[in-house]
Amino acid sequence: MTSMTSTDGQGVAVQLTGLRRTYGALNALDHFTLHIAPGELVALLGPSGCGKTTALRCLAGLEDPDSGRIEVGGRDITSVPTSRRDMGMVFQAYSLFPHMTARQNVEFGLQLRKRSTQERRTRAADMLDLVGLSDQADKYAHQMSGGQQQRVALARALAIEPQVLLLDEPLSALDAKVRTQLRDEIRRIQLTVGTTTLFVTHDQEEALAVADRVGVMRAGHLEQLAAPEELYARPTSEFVADFVGLTNRLPGTAVDGHADVLGGRVPLLDGSATSGEVMVLVRPEGIDIAADPAGDATVLSGSFLGAHGRVTAETAGGHHVVVQVPSSAVAAYPPGTRVRLTARGDRALAVRAE
Amino acid sequence: MVPFFAYTTVFLLIPTLVVVIGAFLSGGRPTLGNVRALTEPAVISATQHSVVLSAVTAVGGAVIGAVLAYAVSTARVDGVLRRFVASLCGVLAQFGGVALAFAFLASFGATGFLTTWLAKVGVDTGPGLWLYEWDKGLMLVYLYFQIPLMLIVFLPAVEGLRPQWREATETLGGSTWVYWRRVAAPILFPSFVGATLLLFTNAFSAYATAAALVSQGSPLLPLAIGNTLTSEVILGQENIGKAMALEMVVVVAVAMTLYAVLDRRSSKWLAP
Ligand SMILES: Nc1ncnc2c1ncn2[C@@H]1O[C@H](COP(=O)(O)OP(=O)(O)O)[C@@H](O)[C@H]1O
Ligand SMILES: [Mg+2]
Repeated sequence: MTSMTSTDGQGVAVQLTGLRRTYGALNALDHFTLHIAPGELVALLGPSGCGKTTALRCLAGLEDPDSGRIEVGGRDITSVPTSRRDMGMVFQAYSLFPHMTARQNVEFGLQLRKRSTQERRTRAADMLDLVGLSDQADKYAHQMSGGQQQRVALARALAIEPQVLLLDEPLSALDAKVRTQLRDEIRRIQLTVGTTTLFVTHDQEEALAVADRVGVMRAGHLEQLAAPEELYARPTSEFVADFVGLTNRLPGTAVDGHADVLGGRVPLLDGSATSGEVMVLVRPEGIDIAADPAGDATVLSGSFLGAHGRVTAETAGGHHVVVQVPSSAVAAYPPGTRVRLTARGDRALAVRAE
Repeated sequence: MVPFFAYTTVFLLIPTLVVVIGAFLSGGRPTLGNVRALTEPAVISATQHSVVLSAVTAVGGAVIGAVLAYAVSTARVDGVLRRFVASLCGVLAQFGGVALAFAFLASFGATGFLTTWLAKVGVDTGPGLWLYEWDKGLMLVYLYFQIPLMLIVFLPAVEGLRPQWREATETLGGSTWVYWRRVAAPILFPSFVGATLLLFTNAFSAYATAAALVSQGSPLLPLAIGNTLTSEVILGQENIGKAMALEMVVVVAVAMTLYAVLDRRSSKWLAP
């Protein structure tokens, strides 16, 4: 039995280097490299099939990479079997042992580690308390809601004081309200225990909300790894700009690190196309809108989204532009209103026009 | 629901009532004589034979069928082959016994072609009579339909085992052995016992296969019941037959009730 090297509040570093995994002709992982700092929560984000699960399963030892190296806490564990890796794993759904109560599920890993009954009881109670389920300890999976089952799964994973916590789309089987609630709670708990964590999701909002850093994946490799604000404000590729947040693609002209677009001038991000006709990727909140009978755009629709709203307008050139406005302002732009749109001047990414 | 109740009334409830009432009547008068007749040596021996035959083939069929079900589930047989295996098992479980009984007779019977051929090359297989004995030939032949039935009944349970359970066990530090002993076996246990009970009642009430192979006497309960209904030798035997049928209904009802209880538990665990 492996010893538990991690202590509360002190995670270990994870280093994945040059992982490759092929299924027939398909490269599920293609020279995938990722460093996770001790105690950090990194979210892997990307469209379905881009290799997120494969990366996580390689780290868990449930999948063998064809080549590459996996290190945890400075130790090479590439060929260590799953049962000796000390990983806490939370699956998408249905992973609780159905013939055991919540408490027995949480105690299971400790039982395998030959902990005393006393210690098991205490630890299981603490863990169920941590996830807010002390009163459900004697329930079976089929007696709990999906959200409660995921909490128990998290408690079970954390009970063994894992070196690394792995979560593979742990919220995607839940409905929207429970999802945001549990998402915030996972983050709170992760900060409390300080375990180094890899969180896989295809939901950009989820990734941006929980992670210290988000790794956007595409076709088996990391496209960009950055803090959420940075990823949103300074995407290094069109793929990232498109995938993270809503973005408008507007024609413009690039000169000297600027682009003229929508009657305004915006500075360009590194990695942009620097001259000629370009497509500028402008966020909805980077555009000003004003009612103006002489304006050359027409409002198509408006929607109220809670804290803010969005207005969609069509330019004279036939481009649809989404603009973010305060929610109280949506009513001021009924469909058919003539408006003037101006790019406000936040840095944007420009790509070569096809 | 109405057609369902009509169906069960006509085909289940009425026959059962006929059996229950008939078991306590003789010549139109109420009596316990038929039930008392169940203690006669011939009836007791038929009951014992039936119980032993059913229990042995249920357990044997369950063990072998479970192993096959696991093999089918791990082979990830799907598509056409999968449907073929399923229908084949369905047919075998229904008609396999009788078909095999005749195949056995044709091959290994006293004048069967294999027996004759073996005799020609100098191997004496004996008179071939073992086939007709309830505890040798019949056990073998019963297994032939018990195993496919187990495969059909138990496969959904095996396929209900989620890969996450094995992987969760591994990440928590458990070996394959731990997974089987602490996770898979306890989860499958109710389904396994339930399926074994189903196999038991299946063999206990099987008539056709036994009738095809056994030509002498009525060593089994279904044959004894059939005998009282067809023989014209002794009048008044008919109601003793109903008493035996009542005995059978009770045994089957107890087994099926246990089966239902176990099935409910495991379906909660294995529900999609
Ligand atoms: N066991 C497997 N056999 C064949 N192909 C697989 C297998 N597992 C994953 N793949 C393929 O590898 C690619 C990456 O899969 P995965 O890591 O599950 O993606 P993601 O989690 O990002 O949706 C997908 O195209 C998927 O079809
Ligand atoms: Mg996945």
